Amino acid sequence: MNVALFLPCYVDQFYPQVGISTLQLLEKLGCTVTYPLNQTCCGQPMANSGFEKLAQDCNELFVKNFAGFDAVVCPSGSCTLHVKDHLHSHDREGDAQQIRSHIYELTEFLTDVLKVERLPARFMHKVGLHQSCHGQRGLHLSQMSELVAPPFSKPEKLLTMVEGLELIALDRKDECCGFGGTFCVFEEAVSSRMGIDRVEDHVRNGAEVLTGGDMSCLMHLEGIVRRKKLPVRVMHIAEILNQD
Amino acid sequence: MGNETKDHAALAEAFIRDEERVDWHDGALWWIRQKRDIASRQIPEWEALREAASRIKSHVLSNLHDYLLEFEANATRNGIRVHWAADAAEHNAIVYSILKEKGIRQMVKSKSMLTEECHLNEYLIERGVDVINSDLGEYIQQLDNEPPSHIVLPCIHKRKEEIGEIFHEHLGTEKGVSDPTTLTRFARRHLRDVFITRRAALTGVNFAVAETGEYIVCTNEGNADMGAHLSEVQIASMGIEKIVPKKAHMGIFLRLLARSATGQPITIYSSHFKKPREGQEMHLILVDMGRSRQLGRPEFRDSLKCIKCGACMNTCPVYRKSGGLSYHNTISGPIGAILAPNLDMKKHADLPFASTLCGSCSNVCPVKINIHDQLYQWRQVIVKEGYAAHTKVLGMKAMAWTFSSPGSFSTLGKAGRWVLNNIPVAVNNRFNPWFRQRDMPEGPKESFSEWYARNHRPGGAVDPAPKASSDLQSIQPE
Repeated sequence: MNVALFLPCYVDQFYPQVGISTLQLLEKLGCTVTYPLNQTCCGQPMANSGFEKLAQDCNELFVKNFAGFDAVVCPSGSCTLHVKDHLHSHDREGDAQQIRSHIYELTEFLTDVLKVERLPARFMHKVGLHQSCHGQRGLHLSQMSELVAPPFSKPEKLLTMVEGLELIALDRKDECCGFGGTFCVFEEAVSSRMGIDRVEDHVRNGAEVLTGGDMSCLMHLEGIVRRKKLPVRVMHIAEILNQD
Repeated sequence: MGNETKDHAALAEAFIRDEERVDWHDGALWWIRQKRDIASRQIPEWEALREAASRIKSHVLSNLHDYLLEFEANATRNGIRVHWAADAAEHNAIVYSILKEKGIRQMVKSKSMLTEECHLNEYLIERGVDVINSDLGEYIQQLDNEPPSHIVLPCIHKRKEEIGEIFHEHLGTEKGVSDPTTLTRFARRHLRDVFITRRAALTGVNFAVAETGEYIVCTNEGNADMGAHLSEVQIASMGIEKIVPKKAHMGIFLRLLARSATGQPITIYSSHFKKPREGQEMHLILVDMGRSRQLGRPEFRDSLKCIKCGACMNTCPVYRKSGGLSYHNTISGPIGAILAPNLDMKKHADLPFASTLCGSCSNVCPVKINIHDQLYQWRQVIVKEGYAAHTKVLGMKAMAWTFSSPGSFSTLGKAGRWVLNNIPVAVNNRFNPWFRQRDMPEGPKESFSEWYARNHRPGGAVDPAPKASSDLQSIQPE
């Protein structure tokens, strides 16, 4: 399968190891992966701040970079959701439409498209899963605690395939961490307090590693972990699934 | 209190400074959210009920004109005097004229967010009419001269010790008494006297049935009933969106309301008022106050489906951490943030941004309002109407330019990482809000793009990458 890898802008710049793990994992599972080198951002930071109109050039660039692949895979639920909901083009709406319907967040691509049932991964740690809201409530990567509906979880399904990994239970399994894009600076006090409470839930319940599908939430939580010198390591789910 | 000039972020920051208060405020509301979860799971058809309620409300909003006239005709036939008010001023004037005609100078009022929005109490007090709120939480807020912070739990942000102090100051209870049962008993004795002596009682309206001309008031304390049954003049104030077509529909809405609000199967009192007693006058005021304007905004009309259960507040982590008063609007929380900009866009331009767009609000909403999508849409409208800060506009333009140009993106990214590594003080300072409570990410030498360009060979094979994560043995869990 001909797959384009789309990395969130901040992952490209600050977390290259997440991109490397995602690429290696996809290739390990038999995909032919292309990383379009002119990619930048999905436009979400502008759009969520109310400046959807300013994101148009960004959208056109995105279509130029990602048209024509069997699938676009992104290790972020938030960016994937944004592209799915808001990517439009002036001249190439057909291509934009094709991208919107063929972009996948990494874990849903593994469970739903590649139909992965086992992984050659080994990770001997207690892991807490942070469910990022856009992936969970927007892309339905896992059941939402508010709804009266049967449980499921795509990221948990993958994590349980990893040898030695022990998934811990949290007091609040799908509470927002407070990152929220520009919310994290414009509402700094609320954002930090929400993040502190999330991190403490993981630490209290014995997580050695805090993982999730969105590096943006994890960057925020890691910032708190490092400031407070807490005994927990923050890793993207791709890094764990790629462990051998 | 200066709340008029401070935005949500500043008011929330002040609330959060009291860490212990945030702990129990967050905990108390989360406990109610959990009670709501348990109650909803006892109804296997819960999601179908939500869908039915949402569709009934859609139908009502599309046919509001006809249903309002049907309701007016039936209510009038029942002996209720129906009034129409375009805004707060008209509403308040109608209430005052009713009281004035009867020479009434004292009124008891049960919970009504609409009259809070209209600032009815202040209006009447200026004209020599004394109003007492009979809902216990609203009564406490009134004594303390503060608006409600939550539509169902008006004083949820107050400690019991603080309430004891207010009672001591205003009602003469013994200093230091903060036992909730003792205080409630004292308030009850005081309010009993109020109920017996007031000739006029005003209530809010939860639902109004078009086919029968009756209206339904839901309370847990029975205070609306006590006031109404003992009054010579009964007044009900309702927003025009409260209509349901048929009485049978109450079987859907009453099952949803209390379970969503507090996790109870039903409110203790769900009272249907249909016609006045012998010798009693019954008035009902239909209030627009911006609702028809909201109905005309296609992307926001569904906000009028709200049945005021407060579930979106209880589930909202931003609300739980920042307190209802930080929203500086009668209706706070997520639903308040999509209703308020319709009333005054400039004053409430900050509220749609007081959210992470996590979406939990839309999931608990018993009438399935897409609250978080509307928050996103309000942000677009607020920016378009020119209510965004000038500095934010410049920042966003710079960001848009950077992201639309791969060359400048990689150059700026490289420069940013270099600064993080070489002169961290340039970003790690008090002018960077991120840094106040969080460390910055480390600046890797190489971006993924640079690594990829260097390592990737056509055909898919890549050189072995440096170990993605550094030494895991360094973790030392407690």
